[in-house]
Amino acid sequence: MQEYLTTLLGGAEGLALEVGYLLGMLAFGAIVVFGFILPVAGITSWLERRVWARMQSRIGPNRVGPFGFLQWLADGLKNLLKEDVIPTAVDPRLFRIAPYVVVVGFVAAFVAVPFGANLIIADLNIGILYVTAATSLVVVGILIAGWSSNNKWSMLGGIRSATQIVSYEIPAGLGIFPVVLLSGTLSMQGIIEAQGWQPWNWHMFHSPFALAAFLLFFVSALAEGNRTPFDLPEAESELVAGFATEYSGMRMLLFFLAEWGNLYLIGALMATLYMGGWQVPPFTENAVLLGVAQFLSIFLKSCFWVFVAMWIRATLPRVRVDQLMTLCWKYLVPIGLVCVLGTAVTMVVAPEGILGLRFAMFGLVVLVIANFFRRVVFHLRRAKGMGWTIAG
Amino acid sequence: MSVEIEVEGQGLATEEMTLNMGPQHPSTHGVLRFIVKADGEVMRTAIPDIGYLHRSIEKIAEKVGWHGFMPYTDRVDYVAAMTANQGWGMASEKLAGIEVPKRGEYCRTIAGELGRICSHLLAIGATGMDIGAITPFTHALREREMINDLIEELCGARLTYNYMRIGGVAWDLPPGYQEKVLEYLDHLEPTIHEINDLLSYNKIYVERLANVAVVSPAMAKNFNLVGPNLRASGVKYDLRKDQPYSVYDEFEFDVPIGEGEMGQVGDCWDRYMMRIKEVFESIKILRQALRQIPDGPVIAKVPRNLKPPAGDVHVRVEGARGDMSWYVASDGTEFPYRVHIRTGSWTAMSIIQELSRGLMIADLVAVIATFDIVAPEVDR
Repeated sequence: MQEYLTTLLGGAEGLALEVGYLLGMLAFGAIVVFGFILPVAGITSWLERRVWARMQSRIGPNRVGPFGFLQWLADGLKNLLKEDVIPTAVDPRLFRIAPYVVVVGFVAAFVAVPFGANLIIADLNIGILYVTAATSLVVVGILIAGWSSNNKWSMLGGIRSATQIVSYEIPAGLGIFPVVLLSGTLSMQGIIEAQGWQPWNWHMFHSPFALAAFLLFFVSALAEGNRTPFDLPEAESELVAGFATEYSGMRMLLFFLAEWGNLYLIGALMATLYMGGWQVPPFTENAVLLGVAQFLSIFLKSCFWVFVAMWIRATLPRVRVDQLMTLCWKYLVPIGLVCVLGTAVTMVVAPEGILGLRFAMFGLVVLVIANFFRRVVFHLRRAKGMGWTIAG
Repeated sequence: MSVEIEVEGQGLATEEMTLNMGPQHPSTHGVLRFIVKADGEVMRTAIPDIGYLHRSIEKIAEKVGWHGFMPYTDRVDYVAAMTANQGWGMASEKLAGIEVPKRGEYCRTIAGELGRICSHLLAIGATGMDIGAITPFTHALREREMINDLIEELCGARLTYNYMRIGGVAWDLPPGYQEKVLEYLDHLEPTIHEINDLLSYNKIYVERLANVAVVSPAMAKNFNLVGPNLRASGVKYDLRKDQPYSVYDEFEFDVPIGEGEMGQVGDCWDRYMMRIKEVFESIKILRQALRQIPDGPVIAKVPRNLKPPAGDVHVRVEGARGDMSWYVASDGTEFPYRVHIRTGSWTAMSIIQELSRGLMIADLVAVIATFDIVAPEVDR
């Protein structure tokens, strides 16, 4: 630290170098934030509305651009131009700062999220720990928003969010432990490098315990991201709009930006921890081509989970507060502990993993997914056969 | 007044919070207001505050005359307007001694049952919506739109039908209508099963509704619940069966009651399921009515300037929200002397305060939704 300060103050050259680094990092961060995270969050909102509409036999946004693709830009622009209403009874300073805290929490998490073998802002040696810590900042923002709004519905929303996120951090953490045990590192890139590109070499198929931990992590991540069936903080039929009741314009949009962005974050974490991240078969020596393939690999895996979260949101009702807590403490936490112990035992018994078991579990998952799609196709056919209109 | 309770001897005192739910709240189904006294998420009580949608419909009847009041009856319960139409028609006919032609009664039954399915579909979807499932709502409304199309073909309106007249109905069935409705019913049945698959037996949904706000049969009778809410508590009482009016005694149908399939008899899930069961019964009635409908006129000869003899009548019809009672008094002039309507949502409102004790705030939403309270019907 002292050395660093001396360099910083010692000479114009050192200072210039440091400032250069700093500016470089800022520029790269800005590119990632404005070029990737914000568009992804925005496009997710458009995608979510289209996916829902399709599932609900509606059309969804289709006016702005092809398939309404530019709807997210139009919405963002509209909300930027809207009046920023700050009610008289609120605590103005906290009220203003709350959306920024939420957005900072979710954007900061992207620092350690990998996009490829060389595409990562900072490959921290405590990567996954940092991500969980940074996303925890979101709850602080939501709590500030709920409290400062001076509205009982907002307050209830904020408190619900705090209890929910604080509780579900534990099963989420327990869902991460098996991966850390398996990889022997907390670094995101290290975790990915510990897996292979073949599906059966993913951490997810290491043992039944890892598979359970994988599902456990997904459920907990949904709860942490305030997604259905755990969207209690903003349950619109109970709490009006929860913690966002008093917000309008861009400030309100920032909360939802964080929510949609969080969806991608959940997907990226799932892909990184359990699904081999950016691993692709070594098909070429070309670094650029390989980079693109790696990016696509992790991006598509993440998008799959984003889609699943939307699907779940369109399908499931919402649980009640007490049921939420029961699920967390009576079911998920014990399951998580068993998963951690089970993974550790498996690692001692068979350090290299059991290839047969890996293949068996991979086959099982493929079978389940195939059967699921068969059912979906069956229902779609039936829905088409039922088509009944007044015209005949 | 603040109540302090001590939690497990820790000296942690909590304070009662007064929450104002409504009149503008997304889940109150219109303009309802509840003053909720809650300790955190647990309610001490929820006091209904009614009157936000009072439109003096009963007083209007005294000023617009016998025929002129028919369109206003649509507004009593705009979700199931047909049965309100029928109630007013039956009361006036009983006073004036008018006989409705057989085909007219069949048209009334067909329209009334279509309206009932319409209303129940909305109730089913809205309950899902209030519990947080969005998709079943749009699916239920899609089916409801098709019924709206059918009813539009019948009377030209999609919500406030104004289809019936004193002495019968305004228009006969359009050509080919029976086949069209029968075809639609064949489509509706599997769709309801699909909603069952998607929503009714969903684990989370059952957890949210089963064993919540249980109404015992005795309690249901004491609070004078009617219609599906009463039957969900296990009391087999349906006016269409027990006091048959119109042509309901000519049809074969069951009166489903709550069986406590997922929890106790009379819980929220039973009340929700009641609507689904009744849709199937309505389909049964419709199939028979459409096949049996006789030929003939649909409306009796009724004087334009109707002056029923002095006297009073009490008529009851089974609406979508239960027993809709009409008390109509005439003094022999062309205007009713007094009209009083007693509706199902009104009695359901009174039980909520009793039920709300100890429920969560999220449960209040489920209670309102499963009692199928339609705000305009409470206040009229």
